[in-house]
Amino acid sequence: MNLCYLAFKNMVSKPLNLLLSLLLLSLSVFLATFVLQLSQQFGGQLSKNIAPFDMVVGAKGSPLQLVLSSVLHVDVPTGNIKLKDVSMLQKHPFVETAIPVSYGDNHKGFRILGTETSYLDHYKAKLSEGRRYENPFEVVAGSNVAQQLALKLGDRFTSSHGLAVGAVDEHDEHFFIVKGILEPTGMVVDQLLLTNLESIWKIHDHEENYHEEVETQKETEEEKEITSLLVKFKSPMGMVQLPRFINQNTSMQAALPGFEVQRLMSLLGSGVKTVNGIALAILLVSGLSIFISLLKTIRERRRELALLRTYGFRTEQLFGLALLEGLLLALIGFVLGWFLGRLGIWGASQYMQTLYGYNLQIKGLEQLELFLLGLILIFTTIAALFASRSIFKLNVAKTLSDV
Amino acid sequence: MVKTLNLRYAYQNGDELSFPDIELTPGEHMLMIGPSGVGKTTLLYLMSGLLPPLRGTVSIAGKELGSLTRKKMDSFRGEHIGIIFQQYHFIKSLSVSDNLRLRQHFSKSASDKKRRDALVERLGLREHLQKKVTKLSQGQQQRLGIALGLIHRPKIIFADEPTSNLDDVNCEKVIELLKEEAEICKSSLLIITHDLRVMSHFQNHVRL
Repeated sequence: MNLCYLAFKNMVSKPLNLLLSLLLLSLSVFLATFVLQLSQQFGGQLSKNIAPFDMVVGAKGSPLQLVLSSVLHVDVPTGNIKLKDVSMLQKHPFVETAIPVSYGDNHKGFRILGTETSYLDHYKAKLSEGRRYENPFEVVAGSNVAQQLALKLGDRFTSSHGLAVGAVDEHDEHFFIVKGILEPTGMVVDQLLLTNLESIWKIHDHEENYHEEVETQKETEEEKEITSLLVKFKSPMGMVQLPRFINQNTSMQAALPGFEVQRLMSLLGSGVKTVNGIALAILLVSGLSIFISLLKTIRERRRELALLRTYGFRTEQLFGLALLEGLLLALIGFVLGWFLGRLGIWGASQYMQTLYGYNLQIKGLEQLELFLLGLILIFTTIAALFASRSIFKLNVAKTLSDV
Repeated sequence: MVKTLNLRYAYQNGDELSFPDIELTPGEHMLMIGPSGVGKTTLLYLMSGLLPPLRGTVSIAGKELGSLTRKKMDSFRGEHIGIIFQQYHFIKSLSVSDNLRLRQHFSKSASDKKRRDALVERLGLREHLQKKVTKLSQGQQQRLGIALGLIHRPKIIFADEPTSNLDDVNCEKVIELLKEEAEICKSSLLIITHDLRVMSHFQNHVRL
């Protein structure tokens, strides 16, 4: 028979009190850990995905939209730009690399991105099978696409116009063929079907010609369009000069992914703060409920505590008993809330996976959460101390004789 | 075994009580009688070190209680003193068996299952071991109360008005039980009572 067992028995002997305290505590822990994980991982995902590029150049419109669509592939593009308009950027001394991307089609909801193979290098994407694309209509599939659609090397598929599933127009004249499958990167590449720019141009040339019933004629190199240009600067001077230059002197716009994502996160940040505030408020209420339930317990069990003194328990041990009961409650509440939080992240991950293709990880106990646990345990200890003051003043003889 | 000398106690309201000296040899049984309100229960708590005397000393098994530190006093009480209350007290969240184990916690018989088994057998509590104490009948609660006073083989058993709420038949039973059990664990027994029915069972009387 040890104190822990007795504390546990005491705790479960009042199931309704226990339920209320546990519910409040685990709710606050759930909210705090869930939102913390969500915002951290979401922010982390975004930062990781934009890291390879410093600037996006595309058609005029919302800069955030341009970043979301061209870098993160979650939004629709702002429009097209002419390849010849950005050719000067590709040769600019401040620019290290400038990769044109073109998109607008999908296969079963996964975006087909026309770009140069160096795009893969920027995301450090390695092939798990096959080779990179070389000719038009050869495709390298991101790991998640390959897995979800069960794509194998040599598989052939057609694309549909638009970025969502169930688009009306099927480009059924051209078959893409899977030539390579990528290893998982944990980044946006996992969600893409990558091909070269020519493939995209050919599909749409053909389409236009088909519709307008004009003789096939090759567009000149200058007339070719891309959706946007992803730029990595060589020197920080590029960051200072080029965006302003483009925005003021051309019909295109330049957006800085870092800046836009930061803006987005600060917008989300106020939401996160609100939820954290709510979690803190619930935590305070749960602390109060633990305090009240301990206080009640100690009042109701005054006689039992006095009895334990006659059994040879010291006053400190009785306090230990109350403290143990509180800490046990706090620990169970935390663990319960933490697991609920992770369950929430798992749910959110499923949701984001289908919507944006982002995976959230189920992580182990984090330092900040450990800190939260520490905070809760300190709270509980203080509550137990306040609630136990009567234990130190317990008059055993009087308590046991009062009938 | 138990010896008190010039004991005086002061209540919080200033009233003072003085007690006659008491001496019990090992295994001796003694009855302490007197009308209610004369301080019998107070003496019990003084002798078990739960109340500090104003003056005088209590010695149990050669140890003067006043000389023990608080910590030592607590463990001494847990090991050597058994109290049977008039109004039985239990830990309500625990089963009968756990209540008994808890009482053994601070004694040398902490893991003495044999002692526990033998005692519950004699007191007819065997089938009720896993029950919550609140589910016991009045009679079973009485027997458990007695068991809790002596399961740890104390040197001295204090019984505070053990028969006050009982009819004649049960009164006889409880007295027999107390005497028997005290005999078995070779404990000294001090019964505090104002119940005249108990008196014929003991030769040794102290009047307060």
